[in-house]
Amino acid sequence: MTETARLLADDPIWLVLIKVVGTFAFLVLMTLLTIWAERRVIGRMQHRPGPNRAGPFGILQSLADGLKLAFKEDIRPVLADKWIYILAPVISATPALVAFSVMPIAPRVTLFGEETALQLVELPVGLLVVLAAAAIGVYGIVLAGWSSGSPYPLLGSLRSAAQVISYEIAMGLSFVAVIMYSGTLSTAGIVEAQEGGWFFALLPFSFAVYVIAMVGETNRAPFDLPEAESELVGGFHTEYSSLKFALFFLAEYINMVTVSALATTLFLGGWHAPWPLSLIGDGVLNTGWWPALWFLLKTIGFLFLFVWLRATLPRLRYDQFMNLGWKVLIPLSLVWICAVTVIRGLRNAEAVSAQQFLLIGGGAIAVLLVAAFLIPDRPPQEPEEPQAPLSGGGYPVPPLDLQVPQTPRRRTPVSSGASVAEHPQTRSPEGDEGGNSSTKEAPDGSV
Amino acid sequence: MLDPYIPLVLMFALALGFAVFSVAIAPLVGPRRYNKAKFDAYECGIEPSPQPTVGGGRMPVAYYLTAMLFILFDIEMVFLYPYAVSADSLGMFGVAAVVLFIATFGFADLYVWYRGGFEWN
Repeated sequence: MTETARLLADDPIWLVLIKVVGTFAFLVLMTLLTIWAERRVIGRMQHRPGPNRAGPFGILQSLADGLKLAFKEDIRPVLADKWIYILAPVISATPALVAFSVMPIAPRVTLFGEETALQLVELPVGLLVVLAAAAIGVYGIVLAGWSSGSPYPLLGSLRSAAQVISYEIAMGLSFVAVIMYSGTLSTAGIVEAQEGGWFFALLPFSFAVYVIAMVGETNRAPFDLPEAESELVGGFHTEYSSLKFALFFLAEYINMVTVSALATTLFLGGWHAPWPLSLIGDGVLNTGWWPALWFLLKTIGFLFLFVWLRATLPRLRYDQFMNLGWKVLIPLSLVWICAVTVIRGLRNAEAVSAQQFLLIGGGAIAVLLVAAFLIPDRPPQEPEEPQAPLSGGGYPVPPLDLQVPQTPRRRTPVSSGASVAEHPQTRSPEGDEGGNSSTKEAPDGSV
Repeated sequence: MLDPYIPLVLMFALALGFAVFSVAIAPLVGPRRYNKAKFDAYECGIEPSPQPTVGGGRMPVAYYLTAMLFILFDIEMVFLYPYAVSADSLGMFGVAAVVLFIATFGFADLYVWYRGGFEWN
């Protein structure tokens, strides 16, 4: 039982209620501010001002947008599955809000005369709560796409689900080394374990995997394939409007805040003050309300990273994206976990004794694994692709060979028949198929 | 002394309440202007076919494969967590066991890889 858990255990119920409402308000506020900040920052990165009309610096822009959404018509397509269509935004938004409640923002503050921790709930399985909430959020996406009764949302939701579950594994595997070093699944415990050194320096590979996976997990650029506008219109929420759409939007941004806060908690020392500041006054900056500031700053740093990535990187192709997840992140994470386990075990055992044999065996297997993954893939068997018909057989399809017709020779005014006979079908290698381009008029459809 | 899960339940209730409220209020506050096109599936100008979901409601089989692989890996992950929590008390026996476990899994993974389980187009 961590100290935070003891602190939280004697909270009176009214304080719990205040904190619940406070966390909720914080998340909604963070969503509004993040959307605004994202638009401003992206605007700056693209040499334009971004929204700057509503309120000072346009800070009320997302509030205005949210209110506008509330007063838009709520459309339900005829083909939609009524109840699931209505339920999907709820399933998406609820776990997003719940996941944040395990984040340790400050270890010990005085709130309305009560000494408590700035953390809603402290559980021995805190990390599992986050993972569970993320997993349930996928249901919202899949059901939204499926119940819309429309092709684009269905495709978008399938992609989205495949993407989220693929990167959830990479994310989950990146936790393992952290858990090993902190010896606990509780978020407050993990932060306390980083007092001597933050885990991003100790476990750089886990950190890298987590940062990549968190972008994939939240469907953000450059991994925003589910809403690739050029292919899928809007992704799984194409058919949604008004407040239902707003809930999806809210869920997406809250998830961003949550994964950023989790990155802070797991790898950047949570509420601990950054290094030179932590020395001031014997750690006075790690007490009271200061930790909340550090926590917020680090979280905002990650949120900025999201925006920066979106402004900088182009979207990945679907197979590149899945390859990155399944062929790079997951295998390398497994190897990394093996390596960390072995190194840690060696250091703890000090005198390597009778178990030497097992150990060498384990190391050899780890090396083999690395080697195995370095062997190049079997080249994909390219099936003989059937040539697309150059001009559809019988259907009025325009010719697909996209050849520009040759510039006609300057016609000599003498005989029209002679010039036709000179080059009858120079530019159609398929013989009759592309014959449209020859000067002879072919009856449509019979070529 | 409160049960440590109480705040989580309260948060869940608040979140659920908020979401249900939003969904319920949406049709009441918004305008309603009838237009047949609004209630069709979103398409670029053409009439949706009678079976609007892709391939008559069927999905590409690759997604099922991804889902099954996910379950396998997720279970592996779930097994690794308890080990990670108690890694120190298990000592070298734990190290050997977990490395062998990952290696076994890794070979299965390789098999899937070579059989083309990770090919996406």
